[in-house]
Amino acid sequence: MELAFLITLLAAGIRSGTAILFATIGEIFAERSGVLNLGIEGMMLMGAVSAYGVAFATGNPWLGLGVAVVVGGLMALLHGVVTISLRADQVVSGLALTFLGSGLSAVLGAPLVEVRTAPRLPVFPIPVLADLPILGPIFFNHNVIVYVGLLTAPLAWWYIHRTRPGMELRAIGEYPAAADVLGINVNRQRYAYVVFGGMMAGLGGAALSLAITPLWIEDMTAGQGWIAVGLVIFASWDPLRAAFGAYLFGAIRRLPLDLQNLPFFLAYPQLGYFMNMLPYLFVILLMLISARSEMRRRIGAPAALGQPYVREERGA
Amino acid sequence: MTSQTTTFPQQRRVRLRVEQRLEQPLWLRILTPFILIAAALLIGALLLWLVGANPWVVYNKMASIAFGSAHGWSDTTIKATPLILAGLGVSIAFRMRLWNIGAEGQLFIGAWVATGFALFWLPRDTPQAIMLAAMAAGGFIGGALWAFIPGVLKAKLNINEIITSLMLTYVAIFWNNYWIYGPWSERGFGLTPQFPRNAWLPRFTDYSEDFPFLRGMTAHAGIFLALAVAILLWFVWKHTKWGYEVRVIGDNPRAGRYAGMNLTRKILAVMLLSGGLAGLAGMAEVSGVVHRLQERFSPGYGFTAIIVAWLAKLNPLAIVPVAYLFGGLLVGSDAIQPAGIAKMLQGVVLFVVVGGELLLQYRIKLGRSASS
Repeated sequence: MELAFLITLLAAGIRSGTAILFATIGEIFAERSGVLNLGIEGMMLMGAVSAYGVAFATGNPWLGLGVAVVVGGLMALLHGVVTISLRADQVVSGLALTFLGSGLSAVLGAPLVEVRTAPRLPVFPIPVLADLPILGPIFFNHNVIVYVGLLTAPLAWWYIHRTRPGMELRAIGEYPAAADVLGINVNRQRYAYVVFGGMMAGLGGAALSLAITPLWIEDMTAGQGWIAVGLVIFASWDPLRAAFGAYLFGAIRRLPLDLQNLPFFLAYPQLGYFMNMLPYLFVILLMLISARSEMRRRIGAPAALGQPYVREERGA
Repeated sequence: MTSQTTTFPQQRRVRLRVEQRLEQPLWLRILTPFILIAAALLIGALLLWLVGANPWVVYNKMASIAFGSAHGWSDTTIKATPLILAGLGVSIAFRMRLWNIGAEGQLFIGAWVATGFALFWLPRDTPQAIMLAAMAAGGFIGGALWAFIPGVLKAKLNINEIITSLMLTYVAIFWNNYWIYGPWSERGFGLTPQFPRNAWLPRFTDYSEDFPFLRGMTAHAGIFLALAVAILLWFVWKHTKWGYEVRVIGDNPRAGRYAGMNLTRKILAVMLLSGGLAGLAGMAEVSGVVHRLQERFSPGYGFTAIIVAWLAKLNPLAIVPVAYLFGGLLVGSDAIQPAGIAKMLQGVVLFVVVGGELLLQYRIKLGRSASS
């Protein structure tokens, strides 16, 4: 029974951690390039509402997914213009993006709250593998979007650490002036990665509203976009650690649902409120852990994170 | 120069050049806020139109409800009060470039402590003055301690205060829910019993026997507290060494450290004050308006306060009118469907302000290109 419980929990963790995984990996790319985008929450919400709305209107969840990606990218482009070209404060611009996204999604989504029938992304058990004991139910019996997530993390790691564009990405985030000398167009690449980050956040939102919790309610992300920002730090800007963090978070988020039927918790229903705090406390704990390991290993944020790049100021 | 271009048509290749102004002329500095607000309203109108509302009708209705009558002003004052207090709170932290964005959580904890005093921890016949003082002090301390957690993590371990203060906001909301559905609940609903009258902040309408025109105006004494704090904070920035040091550290932490300022202690003090004022906002809201603790008693005051503080350029005196503007937005949008319009407009305003302010630092210059 305990093994079955663990399997359910891990499978649910992978499932419900998927949205945050996309957002976290997108943010890793943006931050690696030197641009902090605190607008993830807003972009995820806009992704979620546009995916759900389009899927409902057209009957095609894939179209909804595509629109969500585009919407996320467009919102990030706005952040790019304000922070890269106009060189405004990245923190404040990101906050503005979150306000804009959560307000706009509430307005756009108001008629969708009653809708319960929008088509979802399909669940697809992978033949043969899904029948494996233990591993089958944990990894291979999921919604298609979950597999995309499982593949994204290693791909992103490979891109950042093993390809030439990935090397350039790290260069523009660590030492943009040097990258500039090598002929890399710093600001153009930053635009590209910020927009990519937004597209991933949009994808995360779509994963939420089309697969993980298939419906639309106002502020349905409940802080997941912010948690993604925290996970990026915990992950030391590494996609594989980000995947670990995201799935762990997913499991902890699911914990109250899975535990509430145990006799002990039925006796104390009030515990539910404290169980609901766990994911957020967990993020603070992760930040504590990463602060300690950061001091030990001296691995920190990209050196140029948060600083606009201006060629004239080189060497200053 | 103009004669040259007319005499040599082939040299008339004119191009637009964007260059940064070295300094902003006075007229531009004065006009800036107005241009930005106009631009925000325009973009907001476009969005409203896109989602199928008539922007003119929406704006008109919102303005007349919020500012069109004395009672409208009273309602707007109610919303502006927590915005001023919490806005002043976050502005203190922002001055030092400490991004305390968890004011909403600090506000909830402040309201929770105030509720504890009002209903449970003090005898019910406590004199009003003592009761209100205890609630205000408790609310302040509660909010301050809640902000102290991200502060201490930032000061000692350099942990990002944006994330921690925001995570603690969610924790605070669940904490409140536990009490209002659990030990403090009235018959299992998501609210506490009503406060006794001695725990109510006096309202304008309470004096309507002597001043009949105040009848029905439910704005409360919290506004005077908020105004007093605004003036006090203005004085602190302008005329005290402490205020000066915080501003120096905000502009350049390294310079502050070289000048021998204790960064750790400043971070802790600033976060305590910042959270304390947000907590006070929570106390004022439960004691002055809702008279109980309940679910969603705040429509996101702590978050709107961030926009208010930024829009006011962290100037304590400017925070008051800006808070009124956003208070009006909240009052007006209560009467407008769909419900998210206030939030959406807030986002637009902040965006336009952040981007537009920098945009106005540039000027477009017509000039002939050097080579034709």
